[in-house]
Amino acid sequence: MTDLTLRTPGTKPKRARRGFYDRDVQAIFWQVVVLALVIGLGAYLVRNTMINLETRHIHTGYGYLGRESGFDIGESLIPYSAANTYGRALLVGFLNTLHVAVIGVALATILGVFVGIGSLSKNWLLAKITAGYIHFLRNVPVLLQIILWYSLIINERFLPGPRQAEPFFGMYLTQRGFYFPVPVAHQGWFAGLVGLAVGVLAAWAVGRWAKRRQELTGVPFPAFWTGAFLIVALPVLAWAAFGAPTDLHMPQLMGFNIGGGGRITPEFVAVLFGLTVYTSAFIGEIVRAGILSVPKGQIEAARALGLREGVILRKITLPQALRVIIPPLTSQYLNLTKNSSLSVAIGYPDLVNVANTEINQTGQAIEGISIIMIVYLSISLATAALMNWYNKKKQLVER
Amino acid sequence: MRAASRISPIDWVRANLFNSWLNGALTVVLVAFLAWLLPKLYAWAVTDAVFAPDSNACRTADGACWGFLVEKLRLIMFGTYPYTEQWRPLATVILLLTLIGFTMNPRLWSRWLWISWLVGVLVMWILMNGGVFGLPEVETDRWGGLPLTLILAVNGIVFSFPLAILLALGRRSDMPAIKAICIAFIELVRGVPLITVLFMASLMIPLFLPEGITIDKLLRAQIAFILFAAAYEAEVVRGGLQAIPKGQFEAADALGLSYWQKTGFIILPQALRVVIPPMVNTFIGFFKDTSLVIIIGMFDLLGATRLASSDPVWRPYYVEGLVFVALIYFAFCFTMAEYSRWVERRLNTATR
Repeated sequence: MTDLTLRTPGTKPKRARRGFYDRDVQAIFWQVVVLALVIGLGAYLVRNTMINLETRHIHTGYGYLGRESGFDIGESLIPYSAANTYGRALLVGFLNTLHVAVIGVALATILGVFVGIGSLSKNWLLAKITAGYIHFLRNVPVLLQIILWYSLIINERFLPGPRQAEPFFGMYLTQRGFYFPVPVAHQGWFAGLVGLAVGVLAAWAVGRWAKRRQELTGVPFPAFWTGAFLIVALPVLAWAAFGAPTDLHMPQLMGFNIGGGGRITPEFVAVLFGLTVYTSAFIGEIVRAGILSVPKGQIEAARALGLREGVILRKITLPQALRVIIPPLTSQYLNLTKNSSLSVAIGYPDLVNVANTEINQTGQAIEGISIIMIVYLSISLATAALMNWYNKKKQLVER
Repeated sequence: MRAASRISPIDWVRANLFNSWLNGALTVVLVAFLAWLLPKLYAWAVTDAVFAPDSNACRTADGACWGFLVEKLRLIMFGTYPYTEQWRPLATVILLLTLIGFTMNPRLWSRWLWISWLVGVLVMWILMNGGVFGLPEVETDRWGGLPLTLILAVNGIVFSFPLAILLALGRRSDMPAIKAICIAFIELVRGVPLITVLFMASLMIPLFLPEGITIDKLLRAQIAFILFAAAYEAEVVRGGLQAIPKGQFEAADALGLSYWQKTGFIILPQALRVVIPPMVNTFIGFFKDTSLVIIIGMFDLLGATRLASSDPVWRPYYVEGLVFVALIYFAFCFTMAEYSRWVERRLNTATR
């Protein structure tokens, strides 16, 4: 440095000599070394793999997805049989993963919010019970919990077999699954569904309108109750207008098993319970931390302004707590989705289970594992992108 | 006790259980629920339970069959390790727990701890594997039960930690190529379920290796766990690095320290101290995750329990085995969680 500052006027500054210990040179050197190592290792592994695949007579490529699978899948949301392709079997598995993950996320959120609020309750007993719930369930592996639920359900000591089961309002809870009545197809039910969709949309529109009016004029509107009324009344009215059907398919004992009506398999219940209960303990802890993160002064100030407790909760505590809660909550949702892959241990046909069966049948390990990874990576990255968008939006609101 | 002398029990009940109408109703409902549940649970677990290893008595009993545990305890705890040699895994577990106990005490953090770990690992390897000092050799595929769970977890934590630090530093590096590699690795591993990483280890590592070279299953699973844990720990370390004020970096640069001097003597000691509590939480998660080796056919604590209940006579009592194993996991994880809280409090008082 000194030779640059002390240079005589008029002479061109001499370029500093770039030796091996120069920072930039070092940076480039190390990057080249690391890249070379990574690429070299990669090439070596690929070469080995090629040789190994050749000696084992395994043909690479995803062509096998178009071939007939030849295996049955216990439960499916779309029509599927052993005559369908491997590709369709994977789709069935993927839909099953989404099925259990979506319901699990919804239930875990509800349960977790209750547990989180409960652990902050002024009621000593409730606070102790919820704290015990959180501590115990967080510290036992989720895989063990899923297997425990499953072995509880299929064990004749805890649940009756189909022939011994007593109906409970037309429903049966047996070790072969949970059976319940389903409505017979009728346009009235369809109309009810449409009514529900319209009701939700209308409630949302009313809420927006009420919020804007209050911001402009200061006049409040009971948007919550109006919305609740719309969501309940519209489907009922539509259902009644189209003939008010009440016919149900009732589950009945047929021979050795129960048929008719709807059925939820023990595998699905076990995975759903395991994931929901485990994740709800984590969500409870997140909700608790989020509520505690709101400074006490905020609530005291709101009280000093004369706001009612319900308004304080909705307008002061929750918006601030949510900013802390949402990011870790999203990662819990992702964890739940990833943990649904543990279904393979008890035979619920999720994506990983189906892919695993295909790997065992075809020997296409690389293809099978890459498909699972790509699917889960897409879900993770999509969620991360959504999260970033949400965080940006929240920050704009803040400033 | 001092509080009790000032507040009478009735006041306490009024303040903590019946301080409003809603809370009063809640208390009544909860007490009713507990009054229904607890006697049932107690009857199942104690009064109606069978404690003797007698499967006939179990079949007629209404309650739990703890006799299953008595009968299969050594299978559950040590897997298929040769019966007469089972003092060796027992000694390993005791040694490991002693070392962990010492490590948890910050006053003992010194060079000697590193040395005792090195010696300890060597002794444990000799104990488990044998083949020297007249100990019969035991192949790794016969290892099982609690020692296997602990070995997977401890080795995973010990070896993933340095890797995690490198990954975290790499992710914050100015060098684009290194940064890209680290980000790609971390996000790839964190984006997929652990089970796919284990499948890769059990199905794909054999394909990656040149012909004639095989790695045993335990080592393959161990490698998968190390890589998996490193990615998660790297993010925790990164959190610690981000918490270091910029002035620390600038001051180190101003002193003319090299990158490794700056990182090793200024940045990491502060960053790692901050992340001890979240790091312990990551360790807890990782300890629980070792149970996944059951899916690739290894007999850890959970796998050995399933093996024990595959005996047709005892098949219905898998539930009791799972409850027992759940309590073991809980004991370990809860201890770690409490430790993390204790360290957190200690750190807080130290910085004040």
